[in-house]
Amino acid sequence: MYETKYQKPSSLADAVSAIGSCEDGKFLGGGQTLIPTMKQRLAAPTDVISVAGLPELQGITVSGDSVTIGAGTTHAAVAGSVDVQKAIPALAALAGGIGDPQVRNMGTLGGSVANNDPAADYPSAVLGLGATVNTNTRTIAADDFFEGMFGTVLEDDEVIVSISFPKPKRAAYAKFDNPASRYALAGAFVAELADGSVRVAVTGAGADGVFRASEMETALSSNFSADAIAGISIDADELMEDMHGSADYRANIVKVMAGRAVSAAD
Amino acid sequence: MSAQGIGARVVRKEDKRFITGRGRYTDDITLPGQLYARFVRSPHAHAKVKSIDASAAKAMDGIVDVLTGEQLVGDGIGNIICGWMIHSKDGSPMNMGAWPAMAPETVRFVGEAVAVVIGRSKAIAEAGVEAVNVDWDVLPAVITAAAAQADGAPQLHPEAAGNLIYDWEIGEEAATDEAIADAAHVTRMEITNNRLVPNAMEPRAANAAYDAAEEHYTLYTTSQNPHVARLVLSAFYQVAPEHKLRVIAPDVGGGFGSKIYIYPEEIVCLWASMKIGGRPVKWTSDRTEAFLTDAHGRDHVSTAEMAFDANNKITGLKVTTKANLGAYMSLFSSSVPTYLYATLLSGQYNIPNIHANVQTLYTNTGPVDAYRGAGRPEASYLIERMMETAARELGVDPSALREANFIQEFPHQTPVIMCYDAGDFGVSMKAAKGAIDYIGFEARKEASEAQGKMRGIGFSCYIEACGIAPSAAVGSLGAGVGLWESAEVRVNPVGTIEILTGSHSHGQGHETTFAQVVSDRFGLPTDNIQIVHGDTDKVQFGMGTYGSRSGAVGISAIVKALDKVEAKAKKIAAHLLEADEGDIVIEDGEVKVSGTDKKLGWHEVCLGAYTAHNLPEGMEPGLKEGAFYDPANFTFPAGTYICEVEVDPQTGVTDIIDFVAADDFGKIINPMIVEGQVHGGLAQGIGQALLEGASYSDSGQLETASFMDYCMPRADDLPSFQVWHHETLSPSNPLGIKGCGEAGAIGSPPAVINAITNAIGNNDLSMPATPQKVWAAIQAASSAEAAE
Repeated sequence: MYETKYQKPSSLADAVSAIGSCEDGKFLGGGQTLIPTMKQRLAAPTDVISVAGLPELQGITVSGDSVTIGAGTTHAAVAGSVDVQKAIPALAALAGGIGDPQVRNMGTLGGSVANNDPAADYPSAVLGLGATVNTNTRTIAADDFFEGMFGTVLEDDEVIVSISFPKPKRAAYAKFDNPASRYALAGAFVAELADGSVRVAVTGAGADGVFRASEMETALSSNFSADAIAGISIDADELMEDMHGSADYRANIVKVMAGRAVSAAD
Repeated sequence: MSAQGIGARVVRKEDKRFITGRGRYTDDITLPGQLYARFVRSPHAHAKVKSIDASAAKAMDGIVDVLTGEQLVGDGIGNIICGWMIHSKDGSPMNMGAWPAMAPETVRFVGEAVAVVIGRSKAIAEAGVEAVNVDWDVLPAVITAAAAQADGAPQLHPEAAGNLIYDWEIGEEAATDEAIADAAHVTRMEITNNRLVPNAMEPRAANAAYDAAEEHYTLYTTSQNPHVARLVLSAFYQVAPEHKLRVIAPDVGGGFGSKIYIYPEEIVCLWASMKIGGRPVKWTSDRTEAFLTDAHGRDHVSTAEMAFDANNKITGLKVTTKANLGAYMSLFSSSVPTYLYATLLSGQYNIPNIHANVQTLYTNTGPVDAYRGAGRPEASYLIERMMETAARELGVDPSALREANFIQEFPHQTPVIMCYDAGDFGVSMKAAKGAIDYIGFEARKEASEAQGKMRGIGFSCYIEACGIAPSAAVGSLGAGVGLWESAEVRVNPVGTIEILTGSHSHGQGHETTFAQVVSDRFGLPTDNIQIVHGDTDKVQFGMGTYGSRSGAVGISAIVKALDKVEAKAKKIAAHLLEADEGDIVIEDGEVKVSGTDKKLGWHEVCLGAYTAHNLPEGMEPGLKEGAFYDPANFTFPAGTYICEVEVDPQTGVTDIIDFVAADDFGKIINPMIVEGQVHGGLAQGIGQALLEGASYSDSGQLETASFMDYCMPRADDLPSFQVWHHETLSPSNPLGIKGCGEAGAIGSPPAVINAITNAIGNNDLSMPATPQKVWAAIQAASSAEAAE
């Protein structure tokens, strides 16, 4: 690891001003991506500004039709929250399946979503539930938030404060682990929202990161069953491939996972 | 026997320090004035070093020096050697290319070192590495054995035309060809054995200190065989004279073969410590360095033909193997695809004619050498896939085909050198079939089908050669060393005992099992027995631990030394008790005159040996005896493994539902430790079958250079194993021990693959059988079916 300066501001305003005044600063959530990357000497921020513990980024609030989770909330806290389990069980289950216990007790919602790793789980829930990302400067709809692998619309000095997830009628997440890393080789988050619309968000497989499978959404809107999507094929040209999964294999897995998520959501 | 003697499930003595974090590993040792080494490594698989500019690095604060391969070679440090001479079938010696510990001129694999940076901390040295500017002239690379033989392939070493190291054969080719020509049925296959990265939990490390006043060197290192390391470092690499070099292998966190060899980093740390004037230099591998530079295992591509007569008896086996040894010949690399592999091609079967031809090739990949099993997994995988395939082709039950061909009488001379001395293969087969409920398989398969799953069952009847090895025999086959073992039994005046052994424990539990052997002999608690190993200043010369040899060879040396101690103690006791030596028995910590109530405490006899006030006429004082044991033969552990799997046709995921290992390891010292060895071996074998595989890109980049991409087996990948043993004693050593350390890794891969191919109805499947590969094989089978 290169030398870096660790900063721990006590408020959101201090964090934003800190990043503005350093040469090449990075916000640090739970550190599950940034720290290993720095250890491998692949990233060398001059300053690391820890935001996970900021008071503004804490708490889980359930209102009538949505669940708002502070960006500093760990995956373990989301998985273990009785409120989330009751309101959106699929979200709690997704959080409980991220990485391993060490990762879940350090990694945060905000960190995962801001990083937008193409194989991360959370982006599929944000997109699949049509969530709203609340930052220190604005609110951003999920459909407008992600911009390709590791890309988002966040500005350099913008911090995710919380994410509001609407309560769906029903939802489920099914993922297929990369055997080695246990990131999602492909995962599908399927939800029927309160207004009856259906969303299918796919992670782990897209050549441009998380995406919505619109043909599946259309089919499921008229018939919410695994059978409805059994005949739909995913275009392998739009998918990534690596040694663990060819695009063809991923296309198959996306379909299988989507079908399993639909069945689980029933 | 005592309560803690042979056969008792004694809890491992060493685990207290390991599981409470008090183990002391090489990296834990920090010496006064400690400096740290990091290596400048090649990012290219094949390149010329045009120049190295270290001026910026040398100018950095905290950098002590930067040393290059040119300086190393200039100082007369010898090239790394391969210690087993193999001759090609035309009689010519193997073609060994030069391997300097740091490359002065040409690099031949990604990760090969060209310079070392010595700094005050690891981080400073790492920064220094980045400041070293190497000008490379990149050359074309070749990755596979087949490609290395192709016309126009890049040539790695001037010594090895066509990249060929040797073209070796064993057995009778004409007779085997005739058997195949006359056969009622011939099974033919092409079989690939995937390349593996050992991945011991503790990465390699070295800490070298030169003492200028004494002109003496000390090396702490992660070694399975510290004396061999000292011998090779002095005799071949000329780093230090043998009597001026102390090698200490403290606690070592796993080896699996990868820590047998003497690597460039150890050589460089020793040399560098002297070069910079005597400050200690420590290097600890990071995980990606381990992936790149630890000796890998396996990497064979073979074609095989197995001939059967009309009664389904095997009449011949012909095998052609190409083995990829990587960029350089590691210490025992030449022996693995020859004498450790082809000599086991008879398996458990009576095969009258066998011929094997093995060609080994240089490629621009990491060196390949012995890894848990070393040659025997390759043999076992080949034979057992052939047998299962033959049974399917012949339309007979795979267990029945094996049983019909089992060797029944011992000793049995195979056509490929080995003489099996004892065994009972049928009894393991019967036990394994019973444990897995073979009769009930069809019903379970139907139940799986009803759930949309494909169920399969697969057999593997492995045999291996352990207890390596009779020194004269291996010497005649080209080994550069003898493979005996040494022991010293040092009885203290108070009756406690130290066992100095040339074996080295790096997870095997020697501190417990070796103590049990002593406890068994004298009836002493194991707490009174200390096992001393891993330090060339403390322990007499020994050969170390690999090839499942510590029980069969290491313990046998201890037994021989114990015999001498016992004989002397009996003489002393007979003298003190005024009894006949032949009437003395030692048990429960007491030395008794049998048939009387006359006795002495063990400690009283020991004290008598050291006070020397009243010893038999002419006897020397003391009670300390040493022994060297050279085995009479190899030992032959064998067994039947059966794997039952369920495959999800939608995803290709294989779930191991049940796995039975029925083994014959000869005499077992501690069944709990043996079961642990079997579990670990099975995990590694199942890892090879389902998960693990080193993958190089066409340009020679290792694509699986971290755990993000190289899939190690985890607990949830494995079933709860059924482990069973019976004991036919080896006649070749005093206790009848055969060895158990590698069996699980040797026997399990074919059982897993045979089960999957049985489930999916497609035999065209290679390891690792990842979900994507199994899914593709299912797709291929169903489209082939549709086409029919």
